[in-house]
Amino acid sequence: MRRFRLHLVPYNTNINFVGMRFITFTIASIVIIASVLSMSFKGLNYGIDFKGGYIFEVRMPEVPNISELRDKLSSLHLGEVALQQFGADKDILIKVEKQENEETSQEVAIRKVKETLGANVDYRKVETVGPKVGSELVKNGVKAVGFALIAMLIYIAVRFEWQFAACAIMALTHDCVAILGLFSIFPLEFNETAIIATLITAGYSINDTIVIFDRIRENIKKYKKMALSELINKSLNETLSRTTLTATTTLLALLALYFFGGKVISTFSLPIIVGILVGSFSSIFLASPLLLYLNLKRIDLAKEDKISQEATV
Amino acid sequence: MLAIPRWKFWTIITVCFLGMLFALPNLLTQKSLEHLPHWMRNTVNLGLELRGGSHLQLEVDLNAVAKEYLTNLLDETRASFRKQQIGYSGLSVDTKTKTPTLNFTLRNPEDGDKAKKVLKTIDPHLDVNIEGVMVHATLSAETLEQRNKAIIEQSIEVVRRRVDESGTKEPIIQRQGDDRIIVQLPGVDDPAEVKALIGRTAKMSFRLVDGNAPPVPVTPGSSRPVAPLGSDYLTETRGTGEEAYIAVKKQVMVSGETLIDAQATFNQNGQPAVSLKFNSIGARKFAEMSAQNLKKQFAIVLDDKVISAPVFQDIIHDGNGQISGHFTVKEANELSLLLRAGALPAPLKVIEERTVGPSLGADSIHDGQRATILAFIMVSVFMFLSYSVFGLFADIALIFNLILLFAGLSILQATLTLPGIAGIALTIGMAVDANVLIYERIKEELRAGARPALAIDSGYRRAMTTIIDSNLTTLFGAAVLFEFGTGPIRGFAVTLALGILISLFTALSLTRLIITSWMRRRKVTELPI
Repeated sequence: MRRFRLHLVPYNTNINFVGMRFITFTIASIVIIASVLSMSFKGLNYGIDFKGGYIFEVRMPEVPNISELRDKLSSLHLGEVALQQFGADKDILIKVEKQENEETSQEVAIRKVKETLGANVDYRKVETVGPKVGSELVKNGVKAVGFALIAMLIYIAVRFEWQFAACAIMALTHDCVAILGLFSIFPLEFNETAIIATLITAGYSINDTIVIFDRIRENIKKYKKMALSELINKSLNETLSRTTLTATTTLLALLALYFFGGKVISTFSLPIIVGILVGSFSSIFLASPLLLYLNLKRIDLAKEDKISQEATV
Repeated sequence: MLAIPRWKFWTIITVCFLGMLFALPNLLTQKSLEHLPHWMRNTVNLGLELRGGSHLQLEVDLNAVAKEYLTNLLDETRASFRKQQIGYSGLSVDTKTKTPTLNFTLRNPEDGDKAKKVLKTIDPHLDVNIEGVMVHATLSAETLEQRNKAIIEQSIEVVRRRVDESGTKEPIIQRQGDDRIIVQLPGVDDPAEVKALIGRTAKMSFRLVDGNAPPVPVTPGSSRPVAPLGSDYLTETRGTGEEAYIAVKKQVMVSGETLIDAQATFNQNGQPAVSLKFNSIGARKFAEMSAQNLKKQFAIVLDDKVISAPVFQDIIHDGNGQISGHFTVKEANELSLLLRAGALPAPLKVIEERTVGPSLGADSIHDGQRATILAFIMVSVFMFLSYSVFGLFADIALIFNLILLFAGLSILQATLTLPGIAGIALTIGMAVDANVLIYERIKEELRAGARPALAIDSGYRRAMTTIIDSNLTTLFGAAVLFEFGTGPIRGFAVTLALGILISLFTALSLTRLIITSWMRRRKVTELPI
């Protein structure tokens, strides 16, 4: 049974993660500042899910002349019209701004676009979203995500110590801000699926952080005299193999989605790919070293011993 | 030490078997599904974006109903005030407030209590607010809530009947939030017709034409003339296409609610018409109305438009009637359908519409399947390379993970959407995490010098806390998302929670079972991990 075995990470690494904290904190700060700046000045590139408007995904009978078609559609006076190739040569995506007047002009706008495109066109997708639906989505989405974060925070505070919860949430906030920054800086369309992509990132990141915290908690009990920074480093090195392996399997699945999942799934998976990398980074380089600054009382954890013993049995 | 209790062994086997049983129907065609017993027929539903179809979100205009109700009280209020000699001015219904309000100003501030009493006798459910001389009356929150609930329920019923009559197969019509209705129409790739059907209120009434006010032709730029008290000028389209304002009494003699049937037909001149049949109450009222108003003109009003204004030639006893407006055959068909399905209690507005053609749906399914299979292959190979035989065990667990996920989604009859497919592929990547955690622990134990059996046992035991903590945290998050999220976020929460529970089962129980059996068969002295 002695065959080739893939070792992404050798088992006895001794990397001084905590020692790099000034570099990594700087990187994280730059990412956060850039994201916040971009979001406040440039904003997010909201899709029609949020803004309201129309989307037509059309397969033309032959390869269309995009710029000619764009001129034609612009002359309809429907406000902002965006046109782009989408997937195959004959497929185009048309986005039309929401119309001022409600119902009547909605029908008119759809009819006008259909008339311009002519017959023999395969309408692969037609979407109309009223602005009210969009603003509700944002409100509900933000509310749901906010409450989910609080729930996780409480759980971590109960199972660990409040310091762990605080660090986990700081790292998690960093991840969410970074992902939103990604959407804002490289203007990727922010729609319903973007919220889900952000949620997946958050879920992965919190999972990753807790695995490491769990090891730190265990080592605190085991090595009562070891300096905290050394102890955090030891825990990070011990879990490094797992962190890398799980990130790799998840990224493999995501790469399959990105390259072979079709246009929609592909745009959906890109931010998650970045999110997994950001999440792994923040678990190792932010959440754990941050513990150094929160005055972790190591005696408190000793009594936690009982609880985790029970869970282990 | 590694032995698994008998009951545990059989539970694991049973769960896996049941998983296969419930996931299986997804692979069958619709035809072979019918041979299965009923409880096994549940499959994962394909979302509209995958199977093609139309999704409409409708908003019920609840305020319009409240406004109409209050407006109808205006005449009675005026009359009562006159009788009680209460001086007032500016009596009107304000719709700019959150819920419509009936407002007026008192001449004499001391009349406040009297006015309140009058309003309360007109409708005890009115909340009356007096600020000095200003009086505001609204329907009480409780009454409003009750009525709105009934309105939504009735609207859903009427929409369902209309959609059914239009011949759409397997429509899904459900309530969403406080004032929304979701309509999903599989296979419909141009919802214009259905929308036209759903959007009409179709409130029909039979009223007398006010003989004292002459009809006024509609000319470009002309405005609606002011009708005498108790009447309204409504538009009528005449046969030649020109329109006229015609004065119609406000009082409804017979309402459309008493109709029991309506059919498209042709009149004696061979023009398209709609035949009506009233129930006994409607028939009696119709007979009274025609007897008292012989040779007089009446109006058939549909959604505040006069569709026909004939004269009572005879007394109509049998409760059968016929409208010959100036219809085309299609219009006659549509009108009879609307009348059969009943009137909407409130106007509906389409606020969201998503239509996916069949070609895109098929492409999405195809791409999604391809990506999922590739994700599975890549992750499996990677796991094998990293952990050899143990990697294969994890791969088996992964297969069951997917089977159980499909079984769970089938039992819940969840709807699979595009992000849902992506979620499944992602589960493949993340589900092995628990196994990775266990295997890494086993490796650590081995390095510390433990014997294989002991290493496996303590590997599982020690990874347990970590696995439980990390998964429970995510599970809490998912539960909250489900509680507070809507639509796709909720769907995501279900898939996530299901994925977590299943991966807990496969990693903690199934792989353990496999590893134990394997160990027993080959008396290993060294673990190939």
